Amino acid sequence: MLGIRISPFLSAKNTSLFNIVNSINNKYLNIIKYFLIPLLLSPQFLFAEYAINLPKGVTSVSRNIYGLHMTIFWVCVAIAILVFGVMIWSMIFHRKSRGAVASNFHESTAVELVWTLVPLAILIAIAFPATRVLIDLENTEKADMTVKITGYQWKWQYDYMDEGISFFSNLAQSSKDAIDNADNRNKLDHYLKEVDKRLVLPVGKRIRFLMTSNDVIHSWWVRDLGVKQDANPGFINDAWAKIDKPGVYRGQCAELCGKDHGFMPIVVEALPEADYQTWVGKQKAAQKAREAASGKQWSKQDLMAQGQKIYSSTCASCHGVTGQGIPGVFPAMVGSKIATGDLKKHINIVLNGKSGTAMQAFGKQLGDADLAAVITYERNAFGNNTGDVVQPSTIKSAR
Amino acid sequence: MSTTTTDLQDEIDALGKSHDNHHHGPEKGVMRWIKTTNHKDIGTLYLWFAFIMLLTGGAMAMVIRAELFQPGLQLVEPQFFNQMTTLHGLIMVFGAIMPAFVGLANWQIPLMIGAKDMALPRMNNWSFWILPFAGAMLLSTLFMKGGGPAFGWTFYAPLSTTFAPDSTDFFIFAIHMLGFSSIMGAINVIATILNMRAPGMKLMDMPLFVWTWLITAFLLIAAMPVLAGAVTMMLTDRNFGTSFFDAAGGGDPVMFQHIFWFFGHPEVYIMILPAFGVVSQIIPTFARKPLFGYSSMVYATASIALLSFVVWAHHMFLTGMPVAGQMYFMYATIMISVPTGVKVFNWVTTMWRGSLSFETPMLWAVAFVILFTIGGFSGLMLGIAPADIQYHDTYFVVAHFHYVLVTGALFSIIAAVFYWLPKWCGRMYNQKLAKIHFWWAVISVNILFFPQHFLGLAGMPRRIPDYSLQFADFNMISSIGGFVFGASFLLLTYIIVDCIRNGERVKEPRVWPSAKGLEWTIPTPAPYHTFDKPPGKELILAESSHTGAH
Repeated sequence: MLGIRISPFLSAKNTSLFNIVNSINNKYLNIIKYFLIPLLLSPQFLFAEYAINLPKGVTSVSRNIYGLHMTIFWVCVAIAILVFGVMIWSMIFHRKSRGAVASNFHESTAVELVWTLVPLAILIAIAFPATRVLIDLENTEKADMTVKITGYQWKWQYDYMDEGISFFSNLAQSSKDAIDNADNRNKLDHYLKEVDKRLVLPVGKRIRFLMTSNDVIHSWWVRDLGVKQDANPGFINDAWAKIDKPGVYRGQCAELCGKDHGFMPIVVEALPEADYQTWVGKQKAAQKAREAASGKQWSKQDLMAQGQKIYSSTCASCHGVTGQGIPGVFPAMVGSKIATGDLKKHINIVLNGKSGTAMQAFGKQLGDADLAAVITYERNAFGNNTGDVVQPSTIKSAR
Repeated sequence: MSTTTTDLQDEIDALGKSHDNHHHGPEKGVMRWIKTTNHKDIGTLYLWFAFIMLLTGGAMAMVIRAELFQPGLQLVEPQFFNQMTTLHGLIMVFGAIMPAFVGLANWQIPLMIGAKDMALPRMNNWSFWILPFAGAMLLSTLFMKGGGPAFGWTFYAPLSTTFAPDSTDFFIFAIHMLGFSSIMGAINVIATILNMRAPGMKLMDMPLFVWTWLITAFLLIAAMPVLAGAVTMMLTDRNFGTSFFDAAGGGDPVMFQHIFWFFGHPEVYIMILPAFGVVSQIIPTFARKPLFGYSSMVYATASIALLSFVVWAHHMFLTGMPVAGQMYFMYATIMISVPTGVKVFNWVTTMWRGSLSFETPMLWAVAFVILFTIGGFSGLMLGIAPADIQYHDTYFVVAHFHYVLVTGALFSIIAAVFYWLPKWCGRMYNQKLAKIHFWWAVISVNILFFPQHFLGLAGMPRRIPDYSLQFADFNMISSIGGFVFGASFLLLTYIIVDCIRNGERVKEPRVWPSAKGLEWTIPTPAPYHTFDKPPGKELILAESSHTGAH
């Protein structure tokens, strides 16, 4: 019986949705199934992990928050039963239609004092554990390692300060392809909660996160870690986590940051220490390979192919997949003065961005080869047939 | 005893007759409404404006809920979705809830304190007539190049400065004008209450609706200039090269949030204190029992108002505030639940051992007490700083503030209209239909907002046009609730229009026989001019809802 209780909510595939859409008969049944039954069985639902309540999570902080949350919740439930109980009692038994005659009492200092002081005492009792948890979670000292997190419109950059590893994490292409396509959506396990490159972290280490932003305010949030912290442009905030259990933990940006705010997920992959070290080694090797790529000469065909990839992951969210932009907000690529005009200006704006606008400085984000490819692509796609071919060496010298 | 009653009755009759003898009625045609300085006309204008804005903002909510009906993007682009959430919030706060309460104040305060009119009638006209222009300017941004404001009703910098569309300057001007209107309205309310009370009416004789509005008006005067300051700094950051909110020029984006919420937190009490007043008028009437703890209600309202100025940063626990700051704002915030609790306990005790009946206004008032209290509980949870880490900027917050603003503020406005409308127009609405409407709205609003608690705890952020599939079921339920709740307003429109045009005529001054208050001593419908001669001291005391004269 209770099989239905969590699985539809847990299951990312969620077939019920489409039954509802497709047939009106089932719509009725589903409302009963998902609304009335849960209401009747609500205690089960309250404790169903991930369904309708907070998760306990995998850090001491997230568990403490969960404990605090449940404490306040039950305090509220107790007060609600008391207050609504008295109300419902009078609504049933003190009705005029039952012949109830109104009393005339309207004042009692003693009663007023009691219901001022008792809630005050309850609040003080809640404040103690809340303060303890707060002090603990704000103490970011004695970290084993540090990861700097930078928010961009609309992706995250992760810098492993101790290892010198740095990369960007975008919404996975599989999710992008599913935004307008229900069939693709159904095939995905984690629609909108998957990235092209995960933040890999070791378990059992006290990790300090530094949050900042390149443009607007973002907020880095992974529930299972008990971490949510605003990333403010020009300032650095911090938070910490010590992950107990290997696994994949998902979150997303929690502060409205513009058009694609809903499309900047966070995926943390926690690995045992040894596996984490292997991953670090691989990252360092890959970094070397990328540096080598910027030394060689590329064919126009290769540049265009690579450029299209970079364009769709990095540029298309503002300038549009077909280069049309959004009038009045983001300029078009098609026939743009920059993309069809002076090459130096084009390279400059891509490298250094344009201050006072959403155009970022991609020189910090992309390697020479990727920059060369994407600029070549922009100058030859969307009918911008300039014929220009930009080599990585040109970018290197323009930096 | 009987002689006193007869005297009072004579006085009531005299009040009714006096207006027929030597007063002209309203002007004819549209100029009546443009030039009017009559508090009743202006109250009516405010209420209709608020109602139109309510439907406009509601239509935007329907767009939001339709897009969120299923995962994926079906109806609107993300940029337009953000414009909808932004304008929905702004219009509901500044266009619907606040003007509706000012409308109620205009109609009721003079009637409840035995005054002829508002103290500053010409300014009253002006403060209303700013509103349609401000509202139109705000809405016109939707049709401008780059679209309307898309940065949320809280318009955090730098999304609202460096990264905002050009139309933002029109938004800033609209906010300035709305602020002027509110401040003028508030000055008028204070001047009226302090100067125009019938001779012999002490402050502690005033009905609670008047008290709560007096305190609200002070909040408005203190808070609205702060908002004007915030948008002015935005304006200069955007156009004149300042960097109040830009770290590159020595500013700080978090300072914007401090300034915004220094306005924003009193603002939420601006929208709920008059609601407390309305409910404190209605419950005693239909419990047939004086309001319990009148003076503690007044003191609780005043303490809520004072506390509202020292808790603003509980909206900002995650901005990187020092831990001592978080502690202070947590303690101050949860303290607010003490006076708020006092109010709820007083309403419940007023009902206790009363002689209850459930006419339409009472249904709405009871729904208010229960549902507002639920919003209060989630507010207490949000006030706990460490727990806020998991709640902040999720649908849990959306559920919270819709419980206090829709089932709180809006429900109280609907209750007030059903309570006083017969007095205003001398006609009774279709009570059966009104009760059907009540149940329709109260059930659907819970289907709409209750699942949003679950969505928030399950991890869905607010202000997103698309979501991962584990949120699909509750979003669909919430949307269905939203459509049904939205449709209930069509019935509400019908009930009100039908009442004004064809409703059964009511003649008794005391439309609700158990109601107390000076407004029930004047004839029904309320004549164009009332209280040319102020009511006497004895009448004031007899109608005072809290002296135990019931």
